[in-house]
Amino acid sequence: MKKLVQNLQVISNRRLNKDHVLLELKSEIPLEGILPGQFANILANGSHQVFLRRPFSIYQVNYKCNSISILIKVVGEGTSSLSMSVTGDTLSVIFPLGAGFTLPEKKSKLLLVGGGVGVAPLMLLASLLKQGGHHVDILLGARSSEDLVVMENFAEFGFVHTTTEDGTHGVKGYVTDHPIFGLNLDSYDKIYSCGPEPMMKAVARLARTNQVSCEVSLENTMACGYGVCLCCVTETTEGHRCVCTDGPVFEINQLKWQN
Amino acid sequence: MAELSIDIGGLTLKNPVMTASGTFGYGTEFDDFFDVNTLGGFVVKGTTLHSRQGNAYPRMAETPSGMLNAVGLQNGGVKYFISSIYPRLLKYNTHILVNVSGSTVEDYISCAEQINELKHISAIELNISCPNVKEGGMAFGTSCPAAEAVVKAVRKVYHQPIMVKLSPNVTDIAEIAKAVEASGADSISLINTILAMAIDAESRKPVLSTITGGLSGPAIKPIALRMVWQVYQAVKVPIVGMGGIMNAKDAIEFFLAGASAVQIGTANFIDPLVTQHTILGIDNYLERHKFKSIKDIIGCLQL
Repeated sequence: MKKLVQNLQVISNRRLNKDHVLLELKSEIPLEGILPGQFANILANGSHQVFLRRPFSIYQVNYKCNSISILIKVVGEGTSSLSMSVTGDTLSVIFPLGAGFTLPEKKSKLLLVGGGVGVAPLMLLASLLKQGGHHVDILLGARSSEDLVVMENFAEFGFVHTTTEDGTHGVKGYVTDHPIFGLNLDSYDKIYSCGPEPMMKAVARLARTNQVSCEVSLENTMACGYGVCLCCVTETTEGHRCVCTDGPVFEINQLKWQN
Repeated sequence: MAELSIDIGGLTLKNPVMTASGTFGYGTEFDDFFDVNTLGGFVVKGTTLHSRQGNAYPRMAETPSGMLNAVGLQNGGVKYFISSIYPRLLKYNTHILVNVSGSTVEDYISCAEQINELKHISAIELNISCPNVKEGGMAFGTSCPAAEAVVKAVRKVYHQPIMVKLSPNVTDIAEIAKAVEASGADSISLINTILAMAIDAESRKPVLSTITGGLSGPAIKPIALRMVWQVYQAVKVPIVGMGGIMNAKDAIEFFLAGASAVQIGTANFIDPLVTQHTILGIDNYLERHKFKSIKDIIGCLQL
């Protein structure tokens, strides 16, 4: 689908816990073919400290309502302002941006690994993989049980496993401490991951050791979101590449993450 | 509809709104958003003789009413531009300028000679003002003899109009402007970004990998207006004003200060359609104030 800059109407704002909300935004025109892993760059109101748009993964698409959903974690003034949107507000959104996850061509066994608010792009991915008839295991990691904000929504699309740093849900520790990363990791055809960079690097290391193909979705600070400011680069085997247009999804072997 | 066309030192623009180098890619990135041919012209990403990887991440910091960048002229080099990008620009029928930067006078000459062969490029914008490269760049724009040397050398080999983009990081912008005018510049664009820095108090580290970078956005508009005004007093060649323009009102302020055209830069990141609103808004302003042409307000600040 072509990149659009549009005023989208807030049709719902669901508060999930103290610092997470799920916004549903409706377009006036029909949406088509948004890929899992693509993102939206949203203008937030605020003081002079909030100047640039804020990029968010597209969490879910509803083609019947022509709406997209965005999972927001409040981290600063921009996200705080967006989290307080109410039904009927309009937000200026540039979307869909970037290159998404690659869907498998044949029936596959797949592992989705999300950490914190990084679970956001995995929801649309999980729903499409389920539609495609694949076996989907979903491993979600968070600091604490209350941060597993969309766990129930994932259950519809696969087998959900969890880890928490404080042990309040699932296995205690990081996602890579989960037994799923044990002996049979190579039974998966592919791993998809999004979360804090140290987590994705740890997942990538295990994927590489077990020779499992792996895609990760990166997050970098960016100004434009469509490849003209060249601010959000990451080091790849082909030199600096923009996370906003060449990514945000990269195959791990494209990245200089060997160490 | 008022008359919006304007001559900029040998270039006739259909309207006075252009986009600034490094904020508009190669134009094609905006094809989804609007018809790029509606612009008076656009300036493509800074091009150097050899390819450059640019600076390490992080390259950007959001600051009050603006941003810092330290991209460092990442580009594929002039040969890559000619072979891989130029063919994609042939579809456009507005003025396309190539922003040229170099570490030595010889780099500028070689780049300009190669661009001189490209029929679909209307002019070059000589960048003697990039604050984000270790050698050359801004060094050429902060001393009169160095600026003269580059402009004179390029003037000999480049036969289309030359726009020279000035750095604000100088003591006396008017002196530099006079020097580049005397050396053969057809027009002068200003300002490039202002050398600045951002610090993360929590980590006690600089935000940018390069420590310092270039400040842009509305934060710099008052400085840009002052410099356009000063240069307008000092030279006869047309001035292309830029620095924090977010809308038509901002653009009008630049015309009043003495700019014959404007470039919109950082605002493209926030609203890809900003140029479209600005062109319309300038026309509305002229009609509202009963001016027949954009020429009627250039340098017409009421003192």
